[in-house]
Amino acid sequence: MNILEFTSLLFGASIFAGLLGALTGLGGGVVIVPALVLLFKVDIRYAIGASLVSVIATSSGAAVAYVREGLSNIRIGMFLEVATTAGALLGAYLTAKLSSHWIAIVFGIVLLYSAYASFTKEPEGSAAFKPNTFATKLKLSGSYVGSIVQERYYAQNVPLGFGIMFGAGTLSGLLGIGSGAVKVLAMDHAMKLPFKVSTTTSNFMIGVTAAASAGIYLFRGYIDPGIALPVMLGVLVGSLVGARILMRSRVTSLKVLFSLVIVALGVEMIYSGLRGKI
Amino acid sequence: MTPSIDKQLESAIADTLRFGVLLAAIAVVVGGGMYLHHPSTTLPDYSHFHATPTPLRTVSGVLRGVWQLDAKSVIQLGILILIATPVARVIVCIIGFSRQRDRIYIAVSTTVLIILTYSLFQGGR
Repeated sequence: MNILEFTSLLFGASIFAGLLGALTGLGGGVVIVPALVLLFKVDIRYAIGASLVSVIATSSGAAVAYVREGLSNIRIGMFLEVATTAGALLGAYLTAKLSSHWIAIVFGIVLLYSAYASFTKEPEGSAAFKPNTFATKLKLSGSYVGSIVQERYYAQNVPLGFGIMFGAGTLSGLLGIGSGAVKVLAMDHAMKLPFKVSTTTSNFMIGVTAAASAGIYLFRGYIDPGIALPVMLGVLVGSLVGARILMRSRVTSLKVLFSLVIVALGVEMIYSGLRGKI
Repeated sequence: MTPSIDKQLESAIADTLRFGVLLAAIAVVVGGGMYLHHPSTTLPDYSHFHATPTPLRTVSGVLRGVWQLDAKSVIQLGILILIATPVARVIVCIIGFSRQRDRIYIAVSTTVLIILTYSLFQGGR
């Protein structure tokens, strides 16, 4: 394979990964890393480096619209970024210490959990409207247009949410993904934020979290321009197309199919990691 | 918490992100065009990790490469701009919260900026 063929194939695979990531709501990173490692036989460190770059591009691009519409809660995002960036530093440190077998196994487990989590429905109206000490002192509240009127919400269980976010940051730095599934755990289940607020705020935070480990990756030589070029542009294109499709149609049946793909990738990552093939 | 100032901050954040991603994408596309225009070398072996060449791992090395019109350095410049975009966004937040005299969030945003700066300058070693 020459450079032109390699770049074109990778570009195509990245478009597909971005599309899948957008339609399942899991982000392009969880698809492109296994694709690079399993199909293209790229070392997992190069794969993680390229994936992280694409994650910054897609999340920052999407955040432009969310922030402008006032959906992302800037204060809640900023506060939780203290946890995710600190976690990302730990994650990037661990990437250098752990063998690639272990990184692959952890990646597989996160894939399986993400596929599972994308199907557990968040209870409607779980948002909490009761003020509490943390939320009031740290201004972790906001208002959004609910079903009928403008409603005010307050973040619940702030220390727990902060702790889970540290874990999400660590996984992001270790695996080069946005770790959206873990963020949902923190913001929807622990902090009980309204669904629209939690998803858009989580997306808002991904860029900063990823930047904390991307610098370390770059200086360690994980980010190769030859791989990052097709991956970044491909995932960006794929996720833009995916977002368009999502706005127009409901894709429940597609989602089942795609989740099966995610599960298969997860199983293959764990198996290859255990066999020492990665 | 004045809503109008919050709105201003939101649009400043959106502008920063849009400008950063666009600039980064342009640099990557231009560098990519140069890279594929002269695909003289054979495909590197990516199946084993040996870290990218040292000039591609530092800001000064990348800039020197861009000056010499090295394709890979131009792509890497785009990636550096992309990594700098969220950092710029945090700085915009600090400025925004300063205007609102929101002490807690000036401190929170500054903490995030310190962590990011640490990773960019110390973490590389």
